Amino acid sequence: MSAKATRAGRSTGGERTITLEISRFRPEQDSEPVFETFDVPLRDDWAVLDGLNHVKDQLDGTLSFRWSCRMGVCGSCGMTVNGKPRLTCGTFLTEFGAGPVRIEPLKGFPVIRDLVVEIDDFLAKLSHVKPWLIREGEELPLTTEYAQTPEQLEAYKQYSMCINCMLCYSACPVYVLNPDFLGPAAIALAQRYNLDSRDQGDRLDLLNTDEGVWGCTFVGECTSACPKHVDPAEAIQRYKVTAAMRSVLPWARR
Amino acid sequence: MIDVLIVGGGGAGLRAAIAVAETDPSMTVAVVSKVYPMRSHTVSAEGGAAGVIADGDTLDEHAYDTISGGDWLCDQDAVEAFVVEAPRELMRLEHWGCPWSRERDGRVAVRPFGGMKRMRTWYAADKTGFHLLHTLFQTTLKYQEIVRYDEWYVTSLVVDDGRVHGVVAVEIRTGRVEAIAARTVILATGGCGRVFPFTTNAAIKTGDGMSLAYRAGAPLKDMEFVQYHPTGLPFTGILITEAARAEGGWLINKDGYRYLQDYDLGQPTATPKLRSMELGPRDRLSQAFVAEQNKGRTVETPYGPVVYLDLRHLGEAKIEARIPFVRELCRSYQNLDPATDLIPVRPVVHYMMGGVHTDLHGATPVAGLFAAGETACVSINGANRLGSNSLPEILVFGARAGAAAAAFAREHREGEAAAVRSQGADEQRRLRRALESGGTGPRIADLREEMQHTLEGAAGIYRTHDTLAKAVETLESLRERAADARVDDHSTTFNTELISLVELHAMLDVAETIVASALNRTESRGAHQRLDFPARDDERFLAHSLVHRAPSGNPSVGLLPVALTRWPPGERIYGRD
Repeated sequence: MSAKATRAGRSTGGERTITLEISRFRPEQDSEPVFETFDVPLRDDWAVLDGLNHVKDQLDGTLSFRWSCRMGVCGSCGMTVNGKPRLTCGTFLTEFGAGPVRIEPLKGFPVIRDLVVEIDDFLAKLSHVKPWLIREGEELPLTTEYAQTPEQLEAYKQYSMCINCMLCYSACPVYVLNPDFLGPAAIALAQRYNLDSRDQGDRLDLLNTDEGVWGCTFVGECTSACPKHVDPAEAIQRYKVTAAMRSVLPWARR
Repeated sequence: MIDVLIVGGGGAGLRAAIAVAETDPSMTVAVVSKVYPMRSHTVSAEGGAAGVIADGDTLDEHAYDTISGGDWLCDQDAVEAFVVEAPRELMRLEHWGCPWSRERDGRVAVRPFGGMKRMRTWYAADKTGFHLLHTLFQTTLKYQEIVRYDEWYVTSLVVDDGRVHGVVAVEIRTGRVEAIAARTVILATGGCGRVFPFTTNAAIKTGDGMSLAYRAGAPLKDMEFVQYHPTGLPFTGILITEAARAEGGWLINKDGYRYLQDYDLGQPTATPKLRSMELGPRDRLSQAFVAEQNKGRTVETPYGPVVYLDLRHLGEAKIEARIPFVRELCRSYQNLDPATDLIPVRPVVHYMMGGVHTDLHGATPVAGLFAAGETACVSINGANRLGSNSLPEILVFGARAGAAAAAFAREHREGEAAAVRSQGADEQRRLRRALESGGTGPRIADLREEMQHTLEGAAGIYRTHDTLAKAVETLESLRERAADARVDDHSTTFNTELISLVELHAMLDVAETIVASALNRTESRGAHQRLDFPARDDERFLAHSLVHRAPSGNPSVGLLPVALTRWPPGERIYGRD
């Protein structure tokens, strides 16, 4: 990788600044990613995403990255910030002292351009685990709910909080080496439905495989990286127990 | 040839897609979205979704709350259909797995909400939109017949002889521009909050569907009605849900005084009282903020004046149980804990009551073109939407538009129109020109910012003829300058600058229609407050604004009577029994 000269902003009027080292990859011109540096204002309430938007709006309109809600719920703006997978809308520039802040695309995914990665593989895995409520027999009429106590809700709630931001995949040493691994978010989502008292499906065949829960070596990086405290590592370990139980007690479910 | 092509993968679009797939599995359905569906802005909705289910509640009361909340500009036939179908749609989501918060006995729980006389708001803690969207998205994965075009951006509709024949869209990843033939098109692109500088709306909320329809000859309706939500965080504009007040939060001014009691919204009570004080409607609460500001009773911050939302008396346990996301957002983005600190808040642009003019089935006047959700105006929201009505709206009218589009597609089996190819080629040329030569004039971001401040100044909480008239001129000048906007990025790979440029043009369309409609409505009603015409004028304006794009390209505003059924116009009463 090579570095380019810093491009300063328009007059920042003596304001404090911080340097962003941004990974650029333009497939038409770059054979591999290069770093480009930009100075942006360092304000207490600016997130890394605000810095990127300053670059895009005022310094270099060609910088490409995804973002949308900037409130940590749409899952678009995950990137590698100083080596760690982070949501850039919720990572503040002041966290990095005097800087610089190095911003790269999420590791473990093919890079489309600059900070934008390809996530088609994850979308396919999402469908693969049948992430919908599976019911047998007649459905209830639309005047009646499937009763679910607060405790039953609590049993799967945590696994329903995944925003599909991909930080866990990027942090997962297994996935980075073996893209066939089903991965933390997809398995946690399968568990979200497995543990839902309303669900009558069975996802054993999908999860009880070498690419499923048994691919996980329990490093736990996914759980550390998760910005929503989903704890996919726990979801995977719990399903390993379920799968092991069912191999000796085949009539047991869940 | 696609039977039903849906633009937008949020709640309305996905609900429409499922409706088509369930009505007729032989139909081909496509969801074309500029973001992956789970990124759609429905994800940000927090507080809940209204639907009559509790003992003692009635459909008529939900209808009355909605109609009075909308200052009698709602079409009452649409509201009647809406309140009947809302509970069924919410229950359908339950059957699809939505993790609704529950009562101890396992039934779905409801909470109070602003402007609602009964507890009827279903909720999934305070991430209702997030759970609703992910439930819908995951449910669509069951249906093989739903084809997705993820990260494709629709730049125009193919329309010939008053009938839609498809869309032209660019695949963002490759820059490929393709004309996609379709028997029907449903616009479900959401709102347009980004037309304003300070908004809860996500970056993607640029009014694309409204602009597409407008340019295709369909009128927009009630565009002057822009909702300011009273409680946004001052720098980011992040929404602090109304559920915070429903759970007992207070709005206080710089003196610690619950100022809403001075604005005919009732008297303070220790526990929340429905349709009173902090549970008044959003338009009245945002207007009260401005009055407080004028009295010097707000607090100055670097990001403008604020009041405080006080949740401290609720206690940590209740905050954690009922509104955990509020706490998470305050901690992560405002560096404070609502269990111990006051939350600074100010009104923030949140929702567009207006949108593409449709009938009760989502049909627009352009044959084969439908719209649903925030991008549409049916209208059930009138001059001011009640909180928690928008999530059921996207479900009810998403489903209706899906079913209606499927029926239309079944009856129109002709092959691909010649216009698809020719208009596709035209659009390809236009986009290639923008990409290759680009402009050398002002930056897109600078034009956008000027537009946003123009709208804030002219079409904010209070409006006058003079500022609106001046805004018309500024927007005309912006339109001219935008034609030569500077484009640095000439790549065909994930070119977000090109998308920003097209979005800017869409936002300018929307901005012009907001200002033109606000200028024409010389009365005050709901979220549209004219300082020069402070009273509601039912004689002249118990009518929707309908704005067409004239051959000159300028907006042309007319009026359309409101549909009244059982609720004659009356006084909006809050806090007085």
